[in-house]
Amino acid sequence: MHMPDGYINAATAVGGAAVAAGGIWASLRQSGRHLREKQIPMAGLTAAFVFAVQMLNFPVAAGTSGHLLGGALAAILLGPWMGALVVTVVVVVQALLFADGGIVALGLNVLNMALVTVLVGWLAFRVLMRVLPKTTGGAIGATMAAGFFGVLGSSTAFVIEYAIGGLGGAPLTTVFATMTGVHALIGIGEGLISGVAVGSVLAVRPDLVTATADLGLRRTATAPGRRTVTAFVAVGLGVALALVFFVAPFASTDPDGLERVAIDQGFSAGAQDHPIEGPLSDYGVSGLESDQVGTMLAGAIGVFVVFGLGLGLVSVIRRRRTA
Amino acid sequence: MSGAHAHALHYHGHSPLHRAAPQVKLAGLVLFVLAVVMTPPVAVWAFSIYAAILVALVGVASIPPRFFLTRLSIDLPFVLFAFLLPFFGEGPRVDLGFLSLSSAGLLAAWNILVKATLGAGASVLLAATTEVSDIITGLRKLKVPIVLTAIAAFMIRYLDVIAGEMRRTRIAMKARGYDPSWIAQVGPLATAAGALFIRSYERGERVHQAMMARGFVGEFPAALDDREEIVRWWPAMAPVLIAWATMVMASLIT
Repeated sequence: MHMPDGYINAATAVGGAAVAAGGIWASLRQSGRHLREKQIPMAGLTAAFVFAVQMLNFPVAAGTSGHLLGGALAAILLGPWMGALVVTVVVVVQALLFADGGIVALGLNVLNMALVTVLVGWLAFRVLMRVLPKTTGGAIGATMAAGFFGVLGSSTAFVIEYAIGGLGGAPLTTVFATMTGVHALIGIGEGLISGVAVGSVLAVRPDLVTATADLGLRRTATAPGRRTVTAFVAVGLGVALALVFFVAPFASTDPDGLERVAIDQGFSAGAQDHPIEGPLSDYGVSGLESDQVGTMLAGAIGVFVVFGLGLGLVSVIRRRRTA
Repeated sequence: MSGAHAHALHYHGHSPLHRAAPQVKLAGLVLFVLAVVMTPPVAVWAFSIYAAILVALVGVASIPPRFFLTRLSIDLPFVLFAFLLPFFGEGPRVDLGFLSLSSAGLLAAWNILVKATLGAGASVLLAATTEVSDIITGLRKLKVPIVLTAIAAFMIRYLDVIAGEMRRTRIAMKARGYDPSWIAQVGPLATAAGALFIRSYERGERVHQAMMARGFVGEFPAALDDREEIVRWWPAMAPVLIAWATMVMASLIT
């Protein structure tokens, strides 16, 4: 997920940095004096924790580094403002000390990985807790969903940035389908780990979980059960498939595509009989229907290629380690 | 992965680059990478100038090329995406024997590869020539809010402790015969992460109490530093100026 320099053009990157700076400023204001005097050591230690947890790689995608982002986890444990600051520090230090993620892209990386994951994760958690039972079990379920949606929000933010200032030659639908597919898998992992982690904190020091402080949770399960996990994975995959197949075709901002729709719906419907000879052959669009299916297929293939690469890489690393 | 590589990128030395003020290096890094990113990808000659600047600076810092290149390979997994672009790209296609590649995708792949590599190279150079604490000082001097730099300072100070704790937990798990396949790791690792959070937070509470006991009132005293620092901006900014001139030329020509 750490975006290197060169993915997105400089203007968009600078704009993203400005948005990120605004978010950090708001978080600083909100966390205020309390943080300044009391909680800096705690925030620093938690940042070290998030950093360490980000080293927990789980093999999902090679191109997008399938490790825990920790945004939703930090938001639920520390509250949205502190959580945003802590993950921001982690992302900045990774870029400066470990060359992990680009320098000009740093603003975008902070935006995607710290601010969006924290904000989406926090909102998802708080909204879900209005519906779910106010028990520790309910909080674990809400945490899993928060982790999942935080990651999906992050990847959606990337696709939006790519649409604005992407330098790549890939069509937007393919990028959206691939990113959503890969990150749905990452999000399932993120949700599971966040849920179990928050559950184990709720079991021992429930007072440390900021997001549930005002809810007066009744204590039930402190670990997600088998049925919860199965349901979560199924719903997660379902949401991902729905996004790839129903939203991706509409995400295209390609004016040629829109033009093509207008023409197809209008006077030149008959031209479909001779798509190659048609006046639009210069645009390289060979029929909208098959084009959409094509990009979705390409997206699906992309997911599997990346998934396979990641899996292969990890098994090689594992073998070399144990050898 | 697991294991502390908190200072893995640093290369000890006494070159002018090592002694340059961190705020100058940080600003130079951002400006240099900005010039690289703003260069149109077709201007191949411009990228060779940037590469030459980096190579020259690596030479000035007397960092062994091998050290630099191994650290640079950190970049590799992140540019894998670039290799997919020529296959999925749109527009006219180029035939390379049995492969048919999108020319727009090829250009995009080149663009990402060269810019990501130069950006990562510049970052590695900063990390190699600057101590961790100096980077924090530099950020502070560049007017980054003290709350952020303080969190970063605490984080870096305790990173090895926390990472070490995590490593010990994993070793303890393995020592008890625990070695599952990858998907089954998720549950126990997450429980370990929860325990790690409680330990980290409680350690933070203790650190804070210890600081209060020693008279901490929310301000950090400036660390004494008797080393000679080069805070002259202009000579240090020469590489950046060359890079910006190159970028402007490249944008005008293409």
